[in-house]
Amino acid sequence: MNTSVQQESLESMRVFDLATTPLRELNSALHAIAPGANDTDFEVVNPRGSHSVAVGIDTPVTVEVKGSVGYYCAGMNDGGTVTVHGSAGPGVAENMMSGTVVIEGDASQYAGATGRGGLLVIKGNAASRCGISMKGIDIVVHGSIGHMSAFMGQSGHLVVLGDAGDALGDSLYEAKLFVRGAVKSLGADCVQKEMKPKHLKLLADLLEKAGVTDVKPDEFKRYGSARKLYNFNIDNADAY
Amino acid sequence: MSYHNPFTPPRKSATFDDYTLAEIRRAAATGIYDIRGAGTKRKVPHFDDLLFLGASISRYPLEGYREKCDTTVTLGTRFAKKPITLKTPITIAGMSFGALSGNAKEALGRGATLAGTSTTTGDGGMTDEERGHSQTLVYQYLPSRYGMNPKDLRRADAIEVVVGQGAKPGGGGMLLGQKISDRVANMRNLPKGIDQRSACRHPDWTGPDDLEIKILELREITDWEKPIYIKVGGARPYYDTALAVKAGADVVVLDGMQGGTAATQDVFIENVGMPTLACIRPAVQALQDLGMHRKVQLIVSGGIRSGADVAKALALGADAVAIGTAALVAIGDNDPKWESEYQALGTTAGAYDDWHEGKDPAGITTQDPELAKRLDPVAAGRRLANYLKVMTLEAQTIARACGKNHLHNLEPEDLCALTLEAAAMAQIPLAGTGWYPGKGGF
Repeated sequence: MNTSVQQESLESMRVFDLATTPLRELNSALHAIAPGANDTDFEVVNPRGSHSVAVGIDTPVTVEVKGSVGYYCAGMNDGGTVTVHGSAGPGVAENMMSGTVVIEGDASQYAGATGRGGLLVIKGNAASRCGISMKGIDIVVHGSIGHMSAFMGQSGHLVVLGDAGDALGDSLYEAKLFVRGAVKSLGADCVQKEMKPKHLKLLADLLEKAGVTDVKPDEFKRYGSARKLYNFNIDNADAY
Repeated sequence: MSYHNPFTPPRKSATFDDYTLAEIRRAAATGIYDIRGAGTKRKVPHFDDLLFLGASISRYPLEGYREKCDTTVTLGTRFAKKPITLKTPITIAGMSFGALSGNAKEALGRGATLAGTSTTTGDGGMTDEERGHSQTLVYQYLPSRYGMNPKDLRRADAIEVVVGQGAKPGGGGMLLGQKISDRVANMRNLPKGIDQRSACRHPDWTGPDDLEIKILELREITDWEKPIYIKVGGARPYYDTALAVKAGADVVVLDGMQGGTAATQDVFIENVGMPTLACIRPAVQALQDLGMHRKVQLIVSGGIRSGADVAKALALGADAVAIGTAALVAIGDNDPKWESEYQALGTTAGAYDDWHEGKDPAGITTQDPELAKRLDPVAAGRRLANYLKVMTLEAQTIARACGKNHLHNLEPEDLCALTLEAAAMAQIPLAGTGWYPGKGGF
């Protein structure tokens, strides 16, 4: 990039300093972007753990957050690309519809909760209940995830390059889980399943989308629902 | 001469009565607890146990049909940029598309709109028909988050964060597979035909401190436009109301145990939660203690049937009420005209509560397209509007008799209690006395 282009790029980037600017101004500006607009690059500095940073995005904006954020960063994102150059508090990218959210650091509880689409990449570790009640989102965690992850996961994919904690995939519906490391325990109705060629292909695509290049799909194990709890049966009551 | 004992008739146990014995046999035969719809069927102290005193020498009444008695209510005045104003304080409670047919949801929207009030989505998301036919639509934000999306949040008129409901405080939901049609399954991102469990806790927050942050997120997503309600089941109304206010609610919705559900275990419906009558005063007390009465509005639901119930709830301090079961009855639920079909299902009109099975002869609690066709949404909406108008007129009649030119001017002092239980729960003096249990100076 030559100097003049770089200067133009910097000038078109809208910077919000949360040390001096109310959160409302940031989210309001993000919501005011019209479809097809050109001024779609945002930078957030001094987030200082603020909650609800860049929530409710509904156009293909790009947001670079220089620091760590609190709860629900990029909540309900629909089409935006949000990168957090730090760690994220609970519920990052909750109920995401589409777009991409990248966390360079770690993520707290409920990362990607109830997400219905899009891609969430966590380059560090994710805490408990990662992907809880996921409904179509793809989540790729470079590190490890905590207990009760993908609880009641309905659809979408959770890819974990490290280990998974207790009760992975408890009461799972149709979400597909891929874990490269150890799984401490599986939750009710979650079982290891055969990794078929179509799953290897799916996993390769997800890893590529998440920018993972040094790991091969055949290093993972696949987990999914045994589907024994899909319709209530009193003889299965001990499973809960 | 032989001696014969005098005949004594067979005596059945009050504890092991016929219903109890039948339930034991049913459980033993099937190995499963009973699941059903609606709210508690047991008799609990209720609005029937309160009476209005009316005007007398010490206060004068307003002329019926002549002097104005206002019924409007504005909800969401605390933080929302766009509070909602309703012509009547009787709203329609949340009931899902899935539990109810599309025609039933449309009828509720039409009826509410004709009467100038709001209706509410349910666990399953917002349908275009419902949005289209509802002038004022409250969008529920539930633990399952089925169908949740930011576009619907923004096209709602208010958002109701559901923490619990009166039929099952602390319980989640269950929509059994027979009601999971392709459309319902698609809206909820789940396979067709499986039992859909709705979680009892929200997936991404626990406790009032988290809830405060969650509400901030919802306000930021919707640019602080929408009133945000918090709905709780009647369990610990003083603390739940206080914590809802602390978390930033514009409106608290408080649902007593007579409030209905689409499907829950009978043991849960009948044994968990408090009667509506017992919930109101503690909630109002919490609002008053925080200086927020009338600033954070209180909507009471659970067993509201008539304008008298509305007036009593408002006199105890509520700003509005919500109806669910009564609205379903108004549009045709449990109508005796389907008696032969109710009998074929092993029940009778007035007792039908297997709403989860999807076989409703009235076409309301079903996803069967043939049954659903039986409900004409236009005619049913008209019936609901009529019913809402009658209730509003009834409440006005009582308010005028008490000398009030707005339903909100009704007050506890206008009431007396018929029973000690009602006196204690509602903190209303027993009729003919100035005393209620808990108040000194007997």
